[in-house]
Formats: sequence, C-alpha cells, structure tokens
Amino acid sequence: MELSDQIAQYLVSGLSTGAIYALIGLGFAIIYNSTEIINFAQGELVMLGGMFALFFINFLHLPLPLAVLSAVASTTAAGVLFERLTIRPLKAATPLSLIIITIGGSILIRGIAMLVWGKDTHAIPAFSGTEPILIGTATILPQHLWIFALTLLAIAMNKLFFNYTITGKAMRACAVNKRAAGLVGIDVRKMVLYSFAISASLGSLAGIIVAPLTMTSYDVGIMLGLKGFCAAIIGGLSAGAGTVLGGLLLGVLESLGAGLISSGYKDAIAFIILLLILFIRPQGLFGKAETERV
Amino acid sequence: MLKVKNINTYYGKVHALKNVSIHLNEKEIVALIGANGAGKSTILNTLSGITPARSGSIEFNGELVQSLPPDRIVKAGISQVPEGRQVFKGLSVADNLELGAYLRFCAGESKEKIRQDTRHIYELFPRLEERRKQMAGTLSGGEQQMLSIGRALMARPKLLLLDEPSMGLAPLVVQEIFAVIERLRVQEGTTILLVEQNAKAALKMADRGYVLETGKVIIEGNASDLLENPEVQRAYLGKEKKEIWER
Repeated sequence: MELSDQIAQYLVSGLSTGAIYALIGLGFAIIYNSTEIINFAQGELVMLGGMFALFFINFLHLPLPLAVLSAVASTTAAGVLFERLTIRPLKAATPLSLIIITIGGSILIRGIAMLVWGKDTHAIPAFSGTEPILIGTATILPQHLWIFALTLLAIAMNKLFFNYTITGKAMRACAVNKRAAGLVGIDVRKMVLYSFAISASLGSLAGIIVAPLTMTSYDVGIMLGLKGFCAAIIGGLSAGAGTVLGGLLLGVLESLGAGLISSGYKDAIAFIILLLILFIRPQGLFGKAETERV
Repeated sequence: MLKVKNINTYYGKVHALKNVSIHLNEKEIVALIGANGAGKSTILNTLSGITPARSGSIEFNGELVQSLPPDRIVKAGISQVPEGRQVFKGLSVADNLELGAYLRFCAGESKEKIRQDTRHIYELFPRLEERRKQMAGTLSGGEQQMLSIGRALMARPKLLLLDEPSMGLAPLVVQEIFAVIERLRVQEGTTILLVEQNAKAALKMADRGYVLETGKVIIEGNASDLLENPEVQRAYLGKEKKEIWER
C-alpha cells in the first residue's frame, strides 16, 4: 500500500474515532457550562451506554433501533440520578469538591458495572453488517458510516435545541450569568439537571455506536472519558463547534500517530496534546477573547 | 402592595440589613438612597430572593414571599433590573428579551402575546430594535441598561426593582432612561422601587423615599420633603458644602 493510501485510511478511522470523542467532549462542555464542574463520571456514562445496549440487544433481543433508544434512555436516567444523588444535595460545595465527587461517582459506577456485567469484554453486533465499503483507496466499515451519521444528527439536534428553543436558550443564559438567569425566573437547578441529562444521552450514544468496533467492557469509560475531556479542552470547553473540531482533530492525530509512528503511542499522543494545550493555549485552540464592552 | 417588616439580612457574619421596614403602594415610585454599602442593593436582593432575610417578613399582594427562591419571586410578580446590567452577553438582544418572558413561555402563554410585548419594548427603546440580532455583550453601557430594563419588563412585573440604572452612563443616556421610567409609571402604572446613587435625580422622580445608613432606615418621607430636608441635603445632595468651604 502506498503511503497516501495509508494516510487516507488513517483519516477515515481517525475521523470516526474523533466523532466519538466529540460527542463525549460535548457532554463535558455542556455540564461545565452550566455548573463549572468537570464531570469525570462522563466516561462511565459512555460505558453504561454500551453496556445497556449489550443488555438490550444480546439479552432481551430487542430490535436494534429500539435497543439503541432504550440504552440511551436508561443511561440518561442514570445521569439524572447521578445529578440528584451527588450534585443536587450539596448546596454550598465548591466546584473543586464537586469535581472530586464526580471522580468518586465514576469509581462507584465502574464497580457496579463490573459486578453486573463481569470483567469480560463483550461484543455488540455491527448495526448493518461488517462488509467493508471501498471509497477510493480506503475502505470504510458500515459502522463508520453509522458513527458519522448519528454523530452529525446528534450535533445538529443539539445546535437546534440550544439556539432555537426557550429551554436551550435558558440553559445558555445560565452558563453566561446564573444570577441574572435566576432574576428572570429561570430555575437554575433544573437547568443543571437538564445538562446532566443531555450529557448522559450524548455520551451513551457515543458508547453505543463505538461498541461494535471496539468491543466494550466495564472499564472502557476511563480512556474514552479522558479522550472526550481532551477534545473539550482543545475546543476551549465550548458546547459547540470548538469541541466537535477538537474531537475530530484528536481522533485524526491519534490515528496518524498510531499508524505512522507506533500504535503503542496512541494514547500518549492524546495526552501530549492535552498537556500542550493546557500549557500554551488554556482557552482552547479555537477560543477567542470575549468581546465585551462596558 | 409590598410590606417589608423588620427584615434582617446577613452576609456571613456581616449584619447587612438591620430591622428594615419599608412599604410600597400601588403605582408608586419609591427611591432608596444612601451611601455605598448602606444596604440599598441588599434590600433589592433580599426582595428578589438572592440574599434571603434571616428574619422578618415580606408580604407582596397578600402573599408571603420572604423564603421563595428567585424564580418563584419573579413568578409572583417582582422583577429586578440588577446593578451592572447583567445582560446575557453571549446571546442576542432578541434572545435576551425572549428569556425575560421565560416564565410566560413555561406557563404556555401565546407566542403572539409575548411578541407583542417585545414590539412594545422596541418602541420604548428603539435602539434595541436596531440591534436585535447583535450579541448583548457588544452593546454600549447605555444600551445594555435598556436591554436589562426591557428584559425585566418582558416578565410583565407588578413591581419593578431598579438597581442603579444610571451607574456609569453618560448624562444624556441617563436622561433617556429616566424618561422611560417616568413613562412606565404614567402610561402603565408600574410600581417601581428605585435604588440610586444620584439621590437628587431619584428623589425628583419619586413619590417617596427612604434614606439608609449602615443597614438601617434613618429617614423616610415624601420625596419633596426629603429634597428639602437639611440632613439629606448635607449628606446626599452635596448642598451646604459651599457654605462650609466659605467659612
């Protein structure tokens, strides 16, 4: 295979992994914007998405679309429950202690998942076959197309929600200025709950659509969560295009690095990027100084 | 319409409001004046539920509201235009106004009615209409103040709390904003509780006033009487200063 062919192949797989990171990263950003906390249990919600899908497909034998919807719904319920049990009861907690609580929560969820589903790695069938499709010189799996399509759909729905519905606008208002949001009658705590629900559904979708490619187990959430966090940091924790681009960039760089340098460095590349961003451009690659006049 | 009785509010250990009692009648404009740190803004924030009172009662149209969270107080009919504007900077002017009517959307009020109110706000502040698609953060200070007032009016409040509407604005803009406040009272009968550093302008517009000092109401009365009150003049209106200098 020519080098250019290889690179095309790496790009395809990089973009599809990147789409997954983007979805997870959006989850981080949405919760950060409404609460100023980094929810380190985000990865576990991704894992739960895959595990619930496994349960609905392999165990209950539900038809695929229904199984996917049920898995997203179950994980969203878990996300809401998580907020109710960990974030809501603490009234005067600082963001830092809440962040630590989310780490504790993630360990708990992982432990429960291990007890329920065991330590084995599980496979989920691909959504529509595994026959590779040839595009130019690169091959692409049908599951990759599913990933692209569903990610695009999720991002588009997200954008519509935040830009055109009153609840979405109210959530953005909370992110900008909580006190003023309260003063116009927005129930800030309800918006926090919504942000957990949306993040959980995005994360679970990511976990479900990637599972047929990578398999799933109780501990996939750690790495996927950190990669999603990385994508959100590259995007400056914006709940929009920045984080999506951050995810795609991370996926492509990881895939190129793994292919051209060594697959052993795949994860290291993500974290080197994370550190570089935090050192050099902590506002994110696409973050711009806020336009503000007083 | 509003009866505040003996409220005490604390910031941690700091006793910010000490047995403050005030009242407002329907369609009145009442001014709260006093030096920095006297507790003027704290009264508004206690009314809005941001810094709840530790004791005392707040009765609004017969309903006790002192322990309600901010969103429920807006629902009860009290809207605040906060100090420093506090517009939603990353959202457009139109979205800011729309969010002002958030509770009305939630209550299922017809969109046409809310749109009518938006048009009314644009009529009060034509400059907002010109900039309706602009991000609120890119507006000038005066325009942000207009937006903040417009946003509060979108909730159709029975009582409007205005915190330092003239702060940091050019005199002409202040005149424009005060003219709108007058218009609100005359045309719509909005009841207004006004906090101002600019005591003279505030008392000229108001029916009654309260003078605060270190968390206590020290003088209260008709606005015209307060304007003539020698102590108020000396402390807050800058009169007599000349005589002191000449002595």
